[in-house]
Amino acid sequence: MRAPIDERPQTRNAEAVRLEGVHKSFDDLHVLKGIDLSVADHEVICLIGASGSGKSTMLRCVNLLETIDAGRIFVEGEEITAEGVDVNRIRQRIGIVFQAFNLFPHMTVMRNITLAPIKVRGLSRHDAETEAIELLRRFGLEDKRDEYPDRLSGGQQQRAAIVRALAMNPDIMLLDEVTSALDPELVAEVLNVIRGLAEIGMTMLIATHEMGFARDIADRVCFLEAGVILEQGPPEQIFTDPQSARTRQFLQRIIEAGRL
Amino acid sequence: MGLQPSSAPAPLIEAGRPPPARRKMLRGEKRGLIIAAASSLAVLAVIILVAVIAPGSREVQQAFFSPHHLKGAALGTHSKDHVTPSVVAAFFTVTVKMFLIAEVLVLALALFLAVVRSIPGPVFFPFRVLAIAYIDFFRGIPLLLVMFIIAFGLPGMQLGFVSRLSQFTYGVIALTLVYSAYVAEVYRAGIESVHESQTAAARALGLSRWQALRHVVLPQAIRRVIPPLLNDFIGLQKDTALVAAIGLVEVVRTAQAYGTTFFNFAGLTVAAALFVAITIPLARFTDFLLVRQQRKMRASGGVR
Repeated sequence: MRAPIDERPQTRNAEAVRLEGVHKSFDDLHVLKGIDLSVADHEVICLIGASGSGKSTMLRCVNLLETIDAGRIFVEGEEITAEGVDVNRIRQRIGIVFQAFNLFPHMTVMRNITLAPIKVRGLSRHDAETEAIELLRRFGLEDKRDEYPDRLSGGQQQRAAIVRALAMNPDIMLLDEVTSALDPELVAEVLNVIRGLAEIGMTMLIATHEMGFARDIADRVCFLEAGVILEQGPPEQIFTDPQSARTRQFLQRIIEAGRL
Repeated sequence: MGLQPSSAPAPLIEAGRPPPARRKMLRGEKRGLIIAAASSLAVLAVIILVAVIAPGSREVQQAFFSPHHLKGAALGTHSKDHVTPSVVAAFFTVTVKMFLIAEVLVLALALFLAVVRSIPGPVFFPFRVLAIAYIDFFRGIPLLLVMFIIAFGLPGMQLGFVSRLSQFTYGVIALTLVYSAYVAEVYRAGIESVHESQTAAARALGLSRWQALRHVVLPQAIRRVIPPLLNDFIGLQKDTALVAAIGLVEVVRTAQAYGTTFFNFAGLTVAAALFVAITIPLARFTDFLLVRQQRKMRASGGVR
C-alpha cells in the first residue's frame, strides 16, 4: 500500500464535489437541513458528529442513492441532481464503501470485484480479472480471490469492498463509517488501506467515529450536528480549538469515552 | 464449517469433563431409546390389530393388496379376454411427463410474474397491477375448475390451433396457470428477503436496476426459496392426477380401468405407491436442504 497507484498530481485546484443547500427528509424526519460543502480534487474530508447527525445520508445523497428534496449537487462541475442525468454514469465516477461491507454473499471475492467492470465498464472477463488481481495484490488479498465473503474476516471483507469500489476507477471515494462494524483489532488494517488511498491523492469524503484517524488523515474536518455543518476547518483547529460550544461538547464526550 | 478445530483441542475438553457426568448422559440416551422402541411397538401392534381384526379386513386385503392383481395392474394384462394397460407405464408416460413439462413452465412464468411484481417505478404500475390480479385470480380458483374451463372452454372458442390442442396440453396449461400463481409468491418472498443494502451496493457500482436484480438479488432470492419451491413441486406432482377429470387417460384412469375390468382395486394401490415413491424422496431432499440452509445461516451469524 505504500507504493502509489499512479502519480496523480497533488495540486488542489479543480472542484471534485460541491453541495449547495442540500435538504433531505425521510417522511417527517428532516435529516439534512441545508448542507453546503465544496470538496477540492485530492482533498480528504472527514465528517464527524453524533449518530443521526446526517453523515451517512449526506454521503448517500452524493452517490444519488437518496434523492434530495432541495438544493443541488455537482460532481466535477456537472450537476448530478439535474433532470435526466444518467445516474449509472455518474455513479461510476463515485465509489462508495458501506459500514456493513455489503459484499455479494453468493459471489467469490473475484466475482464481487469484476461484476461491475464487466457489466458496466464493458471489460472482457480476462481484462477485468487482470485488473482485479493487480488490486487484490496491492491490498494483500490475492490469496482470497476465490473465497466467498463469509469465509473472510471483517477486515478482509471491508478491504475487498474497498477493492470492489476501486475496480470502477472512481475519481471520488465515499467511505461511510467503514470501520464501525469491525472488531477493534481489525480496524487498523482498514484504516491503513484508506491512508494508502489518501497518499495517492484520492478525493475522499469519510464519515467516521475514529477521531484519531480523522485528525491524522483529513485535510479538513466537518462537524455535523442536526443536519447542518456546524463547524469545519483543518483538523488541528477542530480538535484543539473548536469554535462552537456543540463541537467542544461532542469532542469532550469522545475524549471521556476514550476514543481520542 | 471446514474450520472445526482439529484433534488437538479435543482431549482438553474431554479431560475437563468428569466421567460420572458422561455415564449419566449415556444412561439418559439409553432410556430414550427404550421408550422410543416401546412406543413404536405399541403403535405397530394397534395398527396390526385393527387391520386384522376389522370385520372386512380379508376383503380389503383381497381388493387392494392381492399380489396377483398388484402385478397385473402394475404391468398390464394381455389375456385373450382382457387387455388392460400398465399403471406404471401410464404413470411415467403421462403423469411424470406432464409434471416435468408443467414444472419448467411454472418456474419460468412464476419468475416472470414475481419480477414484474417487484419492479418499482410509476411506469410499471399497470404491469404490477396485472401481475397481482393474475396471482390473486389463479390462487383463488380451484385447480379442478381451471382444468374444466381450459379443457372444455378453449376448444369451444374456436381459436384456431388453440382450440385443437390435446387434453394433455390443456392439462399442462391449467397446472401452469394455477401453480405459477403460487410459485410467484414464493419467488416474491425470496426477492423481498434480500436486504435492500445489496441493491444499494450494486446500484452504487453503476449497475442498472435490472442488472442489480438479475445479478445480485435474484441469485440470492432463488437460493433461499429452493426448499419452499420443492414443497410446491410435491403438490404439483400430486395434482397432475386431477387431469383424470378432463378425460385424459393417465395413472388414475388406468388404475380405474383395471378395477372395472377385474373388480379389484389393486390398480389404485399401485398408483398410490408410485406417487409416494416419487414424493417421499422429494420431501426428504427438501428437509435436507432446509437443515443445511439453517446450519449455514447459523454459521454466518444469521445475518443473511
